[in-house]
Amino acid sequence: MNLHEYQSKRVFGRYGIPVPSGEVATTPGEVREIAIRFGRPVVVKSQVLVGGRGKAGGIKLAKNPDEAEQHADDILGMTIKGLTVKKVLVDPAADIRKEIYLGAVLDRASRRVTLMASSEGGIDIEEVAAKTPDKIVKVAAHPFLGLKPHQARILADGIGLPKDLTNDFIKIAQSLYQVFVSNDASLAEINPLVITGENKLLALDGKISVDDNALYRHPELVEMRDPDEEDASEREARRYGLSYIHLDGEIGCMVNGAGLAMATMDIVKLYGGEPANFLDIGGGAQADKVAAALRIILSDRRVKAVLINIFGGITRCDEVARGVLEAIGTLDVRVPFVVRLVGTNEEEGRRILAEANLITGVSLADAAQKAVAAAKGELQ
Amino acid sequence: MSILVGKHTRLVVQGITGREGAFHTKQMIDYGTPVVGGVTPGKGGEWAFGNVPVFDTVRDAVSATGANTSIIFVPARFAADAIIEAADAGIDLVVCITEGIPVMDMVLVRAFLDSTHTRLIGPNCPGLITPDEAKVGIIPGHIMTKGNVGLVSRSGTLTYEVVYALTARGIGQTTAVGIGGDPINGTSFLDVLQMFEQDPETEQVILIGEIGGTDEQMAAEYIANKMTKPVTGFIAGQTAPPGRRMGHAGAIISGGEGTAAEKIAALIQAGAKVARHPDEIADLVASNLH
Ligand SMILES: Nc1ncnc2c1ncn2[C@@H]1O[C@H](COP(=O)(O)OP(=O)(O)OP(=O)(O)O)[C@@H](O)[C@H]1O
Ligand SMILES: [Mg+2]
Repeated sequence: MNLHEYQSKRVFGRYGIPVPSGEVATTPGEVREIAIRFGRPVVVKSQVLVGGRGKAGGIKLAKNPDEAEQHADDILGMTIKGLTVKKVLVDPAADIRKEIYLGAVLDRASRRVTLMASSEGGIDIEEVAAKTPDKIVKVAAHPFLGLKPHQARILADGIGLPKDLTNDFIKIAQSLYQVFVSNDASLAEINPLVITGENKLLALDGKISVDDNALYRHPELVEMRDPDEEDASEREARRYGLSYIHLDGEIGCMVNGAGLAMATMDIVKLYGGEPANFLDIGGGAQADKVAAALRIILSDRRVKAVLINIFGGITRCDEVARGVLEAIGTLDVRVPFVVRLVGTNEEEGRRILAEANLITGVSLADAAQKAVAAAKGELQ
Repeated sequence: MSILVGKHTRLVVQGITGREGAFHTKQMIDYGTPVVGGVTPGKGGEWAFGNVPVFDTVRDAVSATGANTSIIFVPARFAADAIIEAADAGIDLVVCITEGIPVMDMVLVRAFLDSTHTRLIGPNCPGLITPDEAKVGIIPGHIMTKGNVGLVSRSGTLTYEVVYALTARGIGQTTAVGIGGDPINGTSFLDVLQMFEQDPETEQVILIGEIGGTDEQMAAEYIANKMTKPVTGFIAGQTAPPGRRMGHAGAIISGGEGTAAEKIAALIQAGAKVARHPDEIADLVASNLH
């Protein structure tokens, strides 16, 4: 789950990281009032859950309330990487002398939370990392010790931070580490952390992503969830404990297990089709869950054929078959189904489905080829 | 011979009286695995399946039964403690089936395990099986056949798919190991490849990877420099969309992004054969036999 910039900066503030005193608005009128109240230039910032907003025109400086209102009017309702802007954050414009990058992330290879800093912060940081990797400084925190002051000092020295700011920087880096571990984050990032004209450090942007598996112990973060982060069918799938990602193709896929689900999508593509989704029904799914999965797949009007690939282990083929029958009985099914059932109770599963007259596949390759043909109307 | 589990295994099941734990314990016993005890806090003194003693703690189970291996079926929020408990009790091999454990829990667990002699397989894995000897996990036993191919995988059902195809062609296996799909796990591809390389009965190895991380790339380095046995690879997720990226940290931490293309290139470079789809794996393995 991802937090918005304004939410992330509130969390940062609670851990002692200096952030601007911004306010959130949903209409140009509100933005105007906030700008009047601030009585100084402001920055109007789109709040959508994706990076690179600045480059997409979703962040604009306003010298006066009129301009702020105008920018808000432009930004609210605009689409950034497929997401519609419904809220803006209005921050007092900062006097920026330098932009720094500071981020915390789990490094899978070293299995440690790693802090990274760069003197070349801002919207081009990825290019900096790709072209001049030596401009990125990293330190890894030992899980039992946390981020020690000397490690934060290595970052400060490594990016050539002015010496009089080192102690403030160490506090910010240690706080960012605390934000990360205390909130079960998978990302906690400040880009940019700026040096202001008054020679102070200030976090102008904030991004926090939280490990979904740990949300049970962070009810205050769950409340911050933006329902627009997922589309309606993804939300529906989560309610049933299904792992579903909506894609743009024409072949709906229902599979058990994430690895097999990905491999099934890959083979569909290999034979010239495009998967409409990723869907893992998980282990041990009962008939009602299978029926829900098919309902979600079929609610996508672009789907022209459905490929069901089940390798029963804990999942029982007869349960899956019953779910498929239930779905066919209750839904308006306009597209062909290709089914491949192997493993636990496969004979029983095939017997249940025999009356439904579905296309069957003997192997994964065979089923995928038939699904691609069926989607083109070449198979009935 | 085989790796990790076999005739020497003495298994204790953590979470033996739960729904999943009970179901799979029955299957493991039916397969012939020596299940010497179970653990469910508060149910010590009871019996499961007629003759399997249940204990309150792993420590009690070990002292009463001499268990050397444990398998974990407890819910995600208690699983990290269950792993640490098993290591504290001196268990050599812990297999954690549980999925959905918070990553930060696993960061702490791994750091702790580094100070013990305990090896962890998983979490979020199907466990492992040595045909005709021991099944420690949930891989369906009837699809396995004894033979000379070692298999290591990050994915459960994809493993079944491949084993099924091997068995259908009469190609048997030494041990199948599911290392799990989580970002932090106990045992890597590299660890398992080293074990297969040492195992006299294993003649060739199948590696089934996925997008994300750099574990496959590290395995490729070992294959290129040290491995004498042929390796056949498959990487799932070639068509997975990149997803909406929030911050920049993911892209700058390792340089690489863990794409299927990067991993496939690394394996081919290392001299492994890489299948385009799962059904092709058995073909490539068969071609190494002659
Ligand atoms: N309060 C502010 N005052 C002055 N300039 C600002 C302010 N907030 C942002 N900016 C400028 O706009 C740029 C982009 O803003 P920000 O980093 O918040 O959004 P972004 O484009 O989504 O970032 P990213 O590329 O990290 O996703 C900053 O690098 C900074 O130069
Ligand atoms: Mg930014």
